[in-house]
Amino acid sequence: MGSIGRVDPQAMHFAEPLPLASGARLSDYTLVYETYGTLSEARDNAVLVCHALNASHHVAGLSAEGATGWWDNLVGPGKPLDTNRFFVIGVNNPGSCFGSTGPTHANPDPAAGGRAYGADFPVVTVEDWVDAQARLVRRLGIERLAAVIGGSLGGMQALAWTMRYPERIAHCIAIATAPNLSAQNIAFNEVARRAIITDPDFHDGHYAAHGAVPRRGLRVARMIGHITYLSDDSMEAKFGRATRTAEGRIAGADASTPAAFAYTTKEIEFQIESYLRYQGDKFSEYFDANTYLLITRALDYFDPARAHGGDLAAAFVPARHCKFMLVSFTTDWRFSPQRSREIVKALVDNDIDVSYAEIDAPHGHDAFLLDDARYHAVMRAWFERIARHGTRQHVSGEPGAPAAEAKFPV
Amino acid sequence: MSERRDLEIIAQLVPPGSRVLDLGCGDGELLAQLQARRGCTGYGIELDDANVLASTQRGVNVIQLNLEDGLALFDDASFDVVLQLDTLQHLRHTEHMLRETARVGRMGIVSFPNFAHWPNRLHIARGRMPVTRALPYEWYDTPNLRVGTFTDFDVLARRNGLRVLDSFGLQEGRVVRRWPNLRASVAVFKFERP
Repeated sequence: MGSIGRVDPQAMHFAEPLPLASGARLSDYTLVYETYGTLSEARDNAVLVCHALNASHHVAGLSAEGATGWWDNLVGPGKPLDTNRFFVIGVNNPGSCFGSTGPTHANPDPAAGGRAYGADFPVVTVEDWVDAQARLVRRLGIERLAAVIGGSLGGMQALAWTMRYPERIAHCIAIATAPNLSAQNIAFNEVARRAIITDPDFHDGHYAAHGAVPRRGLRVARMIGHITYLSDDSMEAKFGRATRTAEGRIAGADASTPAAFAYTTKEIEFQIESYLRYQGDKFSEYFDANTYLLITRALDYFDPARAHGGDLAAAFVPARHCKFMLVSFTTDWRFSPQRSREIVKALVDNDIDVSYAEIDAPHGHDAFLLDDARYHAVMRAWFERIARHGTRQHVSGEPGAPAAEAKFPV
Repeated sequence: MSERRDLEIIAQLVPPGSRVLDLGCGDGELLAQLQARRGCTGYGIELDDANVLASTQRGVNVIQLNLEDGLALFDDASFDVVLQLDTLQHLRHTEHMLRETARVGRMGIVSFPNFAHWPNRLHIARGRMPVTRALPYEWYDTPNLRVGTFTDFDVLARRNGLRVLDSFGLQEGRVVRRWPNLRASVAVFKFERP
């Protein structure tokens, strides 16, 4: 298994405004994307990868800056999503801060006087992103995707594809996701948003015009987010109650010689604090605060059952010819297995083809980004199945399906 | 290859075109054959990681669930046939699962090792627990939580108000209809909720 190697992002400009769920429009926008592998002559091997909260179009390979793609362990030559067989597309969603039109870009409205969108960037939803992705896919000359895959918020996009463009997607792979956010989940998002908005450097979202960055808010937002992506056990295993000594070394791993406490509330005492601060600092250097607000809001709004009186099965009626693979992780408490089972039930109620793997992994929500043998084996098997089917419309028991290799006559 | 013959015989109990739920579907072989040869649709339920992977590789729908948690995922009478093959003996709540099978399926098909098969009786008569092809484990390392007989199941089914549509034994890949409780290593019941 190798890496794709060096990849460069491409940009596609759209002059036609994108109508948004809010009623607003995104006029004149650009999407940044990357592709890996080769589009087959029949154009039936394209797989779209949707990103979650803080990721981008850079899914695999090495960027010019030497950064490895966020799903490089899954996507590449010989990997479960094998770029020797599939043409893989990673796209940055509008509203993000990694190249596609977002709050840091100039607002085309003449009244803005060339200022960045900032807080005036329209609120975007999962469905808006899917609409933008669908346009890009069509412009790439792909009428029907072999698959759309995503984890977490990316999984929501994959699900939304099957409801909005069922005729343009053959398979949906939704990992560590949910049919909507629970109250607890919205609550975490709200704490993160309040941290950003109440930062004195936020300036109602127009911090760029003030030459400021609400770093403190971003740091706290990332810290709370990060806690929820890990499981209690994995945090305990990684950090436990280990403390930092005055020299900055970790102590306490050897229980026989515990380090003395500094008895301070101002300095870092425990290693977990150091880790969270480091994550927060790093994040605040590259992530845009308005983007954080927009993306967490998109998470909050996603709820396809809402238009059907809360009936999730009714929402999936248009998706009845798609095939689904769902994966959850036992220790993921932010997008728990129970939420994936709700999706499975809605699909089963529609007699839709679905497989579901519940992976016993210790890493919490983050597990979907990690290289777990059981998880990746199931993904590999599923993509091999997709490779056999491509974009063909098919139903269970159809001759030619892999199941038809009969070992005995029935 | 009597196991394969057994599968074949059981597959023939499933009406063509049925919507099937296979509880404890193993590597998905039966479901794959029902899809390919009898035009059935449906899902397999498995707990074991290796079997979930094998079923996925085979191209059948497999849902990873613990049957002990019940079948809340499935509505009443939402399947034509619910299969529970060689699974019952591994379950803690056998009677509950039998009721669930009857609730979810318009028809249920259950198979399990028949403890009253005569070689087992001989083992017991000699004072030892049987170790046979149908019950291949020693008493101390068996994954089976319980053993039962053909006649025991018949009693349980009737006590739960199930109508037994057909029942027979399987031995060496053949159907046993005469004295199955004595002559067959595997018991098969086909039933419905009246």
